[in-house]
Amino acid sequence: MKAVVTNKLTKKFGDFVATNEITFDVAQGEIFGFLGANGAGKTTAMRMLCGLLKPTSGEATVAGFDVYKQSEQIKQVIGYMSQKFSLYDDLTVRENIRFYGGIYGLNRTNLKAKSDAIIQQLGLGSVADKLTVSLPLGWKQRLAFSVALIHDPKVVFLDEPTGGVDPITRRQFWDMIYEAAHRGTTIFVTTHYMDEAEYCNRVSIMVDGRIKALDTPGALKQQFGTDSMDGVFQILARGTSTK
Amino acid sequence: MTGQAVNNNPMDAIIIDHLSKAFGDTRAVQDVSLTVREGELFGLIGPDGAGKTTLFKMLVTLLLPDAGRATVAGRDVVRDFRALRTMVGYMPGRFSLYPDLSVEENLSFFATVFGTTIEVNYDLIREIYVQLEPFKKRRAGALSGGMKQKLALCCALIHKPAVLFLDEPTTGVDAVSRREFWEMLQTLKKRGLTILVSTPYMDEAGQCDRIALMQNGRILAIDTPEGVEHLFRKPLFAVKASDTYQLIQDLRKAPFTVTCYAFGEFLHLTTKEGVSAASIQQYLIEKQHSNVVIKPIEAGIEDSFMALMEQ
Amino acid sequence: MNRFFAFVKKEFFHILRDRRTLLILFGMPLAMVLLFGFALTNEIKNAKVAVLDFDHGQHSRQLTDRLLSSGYFQLTRNLTAYRDVEATFRQGHVKLVVIFPVGFTHDYAHGGKAQVQLLTDASEQNTAITLTNYATNIIQGYQADQNPSDARPSMQIEVQSQMVFNPELKGAFVFVPGVMSLVLLLVSALMTSITIAREKETGTMEVLMVSPLSQLQILFGKVLPYLLLSFINGCIIIALGVFLLGIPLNGSLLLLLSETLLFIFLSLSLGLLVSTLADTQLVAMFISMLVLLLPTIFLSGFLFPIDSMPRFLQIVSTIIPARYFIDIVKGIMIKGVGLADLWRPTLVLFLMATVLMAASLKNLKPRLN
Repeated sequence: MKAVVTNKLTKKFGDFVATNEITFDVAQGEIFGFLGANGAGKTTAMRMLCGLLKPTSGEATVAGFDVYKQSEQIKQVIGYMSQKFSLYDDLTVRENIRFYGGIYGLNRTNLKAKSDAIIQQLGLGSVADKLTVSLPLGWKQRLAFSVALIHDPKVVFLDEPTGGVDPITRRQFWDMIYEAAHRGTTIFVTTHYMDEAEYCNRVSIMVDGRIKALDTPGALKQQFGTDSMDGVFQILARGTSTK
Repeated sequence: MTGQAVNNNPMDAIIIDHLSKAFGDTRAVQDVSLTVREGELFGLIGPDGAGKTTLFKMLVTLLLPDAGRATVAGRDVVRDFRALRTMVGYMPGRFSLYPDLSVEENLSFFATVFGTTIEVNYDLIREIYVQLEPFKKRRAGALSGGMKQKLALCCALIHKPAVLFLDEPTTGVDAVSRREFWEMLQTLKKRGLTILVSTPYMDEAGQCDRIALMQNGRILAIDTPEGVEHLFRKPLFAVKASDTYQLIQDLRKAPFTVTCYAFGEFLHLTTKEGVSAASIQQYLIEKQHSNVVIKPIEAGIEDSFMALMEQ
Repeated sequence: MNRFFAFVKKEFFHILRDRRTLLILFGMPLAMVLLFGFALTNEIKNAKVAVLDFDHGQHSRQLTDRLLSSGYFQLTRNLTAYRDVEATFRQGHVKLVVIFPVGFTHDYAHGGKAQVQLLTDASEQNTAITLTNYATNIIQGYQADQNPSDARPSMQIEVQSQMVFNPELKGAFVFVPGVMSLVLLLVSALMTSITIAREKETGTMEVLMVSPLSQLQILFGKVLPYLLLSFINGCIIIALGVFLLGIPLNGSLLLLLSETLLFIFLSLSLGLLVSTLADTQLVAMFISMLVLLLPTIFLSGFLFPIDSMPRFLQIVSTIIPARYFIDIVKGIMIKGVGLADLWRPTLVLFLMATVLMAASLKNLKPRLN
């Protein structure tokens, strides 16, 4: 079964067409890069897939659930993490984990096991009962990702998860993404780092509400005759981003 | 610290001499020294929390240093702060214009505040402002990210500052707008403007004349981009195979490996001395990897940064 | 100076482009005055009255009829003895008791001078004073009709009004000065501190600080538009009170406006002080609400007479600037007194303003924290 399927998915705000008949699918366990200039419509598309925004027309399913009618079921089987909001600074590491586990209805024993596992896996034992605000940014981001996975979601949406982190932490973060994908979780990720686009199995590039290209990084580079994803992106998005 | 001597050449646009600043227990900037020459495009490269913004705020007279001193355009940032404020252009990290004023109103407001007019200094901003002109009646809040950034740059330039401070102007901006922004900075540099710019994106470092790598409040290195790349001295290979996930796992376990990180299409593998591409190939074939590509490569700035971080 | 005016101009752009700000600025005073005014006139229509007629003469009957036919008063009962009066008030239905003494008709017809007594329940001060005014007007109208143009002007009815329960009528008509002090505080202190905090939030404050503008110029540039708007607001409220609600303006308008300016200046100093303490709009709002608005509403004598407060709160109320302002406005508008009688509260306001302004200027720093 495909993890995400869309067919001519469209969202209009008044006269403005934020996403214009986008059609793509994402396989289970795939790392899918969702690129585009600021304002190209990425966030709108992502919100529709997360069940936060009703599409104007077109079809879409996430983990087999329809975005129109089954947004509640969708929310049960997806994880979400953005750079801006993820953890509560004034809760401790353990409290954050328990809170999110609780939201997704994990029972007490399961929750205990999960929190211990996350804390051990990230090496946060010494700071587990410290306020999250005191953690370095990179740790917070990795913790946020683990928390987004706490209920073993089928699909995880990552909205610019690595903005501003140092290069080593960024790689450690991608190690975690690879691992999750390896276990069968589908990863749907946006980023402004073009080298990260290379880490994805497939990449789509949105320009002005439409998907202008969708393929593996290798095939895209070949298609546009350039040796980097940055090159592909510049060719596609240049000249239109300033509108 | 690279131990670069602090020379007090009066021609230097920015002289930072053992500057430190702490907020409570957080030592945001620790004993930073560097100089930026007149007309230089200088990059301060580092992740969030490295202390870039604190350093900037001290240089533009918004924060008092705990220790050390600094001059900008020959003026002390503490003693001569009033005089300095007429001479520097500053673009803070976040969008710092009035969203409810139009493009034109924002620009003319900042021009008047600095005792000048748009017309007087139009030359300096012309290339940037022509792109904004069609939208000059639009409220700044309704501009796209890239356009906001251009307007903010115009506002910081309108009084013809001696030194331009740009704090993370490209953060959160897409790759195309980022590239355009750097092109604008190159143009400004050609006009003789001194620019200090900070960024978390390592790939932007190559655009600068010289860069300082910053991490946890300290300077890791100061040099030209090429010079920084040459700081990396271990053998480095780019490696690729069909199954990237398994490749990382296996390479990290390999006896010859120092570090192995994903770098775009390839993995960057740092090895101990005297390891050949052939021996790595041999190891990977034993692990049943297919389509293996291995080539020795020169380090980039990001490789150097990571190596310096790990020291 | 050019810089400063560019700043003020920008500030006006902000104000004029934000509907919410405009609404608070001009909608609120209007709404508040009208609300209080409406509540008041609503109560006065068909106010329940009782009549205690010891006279039973022609004039007492005619005057009673005239009062009742005015539409403002509705007779609930005729009393027969003085002791009924207090009981009637205690029951709470009757707002006004009209008492005609023995020999009213006789005195009026023959002596040309008679007395009528109006008793009102002054626990609702505003209602009481308005009812007394209405009744007095009607009685005077009756008297005018009885006195043909150039006939002997000596036929007079003397109205003796008396407030029951709150005889000195403290706090009467407080709502106009009350609303005025509230609105001026809100506009001057709350709005100024919020706009300053907004610049801190958006980061524009940093850019302004790194410009040749001095901190003082920035703050006064913020303050000046609100000074003007507050003053306009004050004038609107006075005009509404006088022309719409019929509140007298017995004293000097010039003095009233000067005192209003003084109070605005005080409020602005408070706003500046708040803004030096608050870095976000939310904090500015909270401090203003807790420290400025709530005490003004509850402790200035606006809603509750200060005399009926517990001793402790009475002491606290002495540091509420609005208390003095309310006294001043009441004095000028209703009692018609001048500065000779009002120098004391004026001086208090002046000293408060000076101290607050000095404190907020001292708090200014040319750098971040």
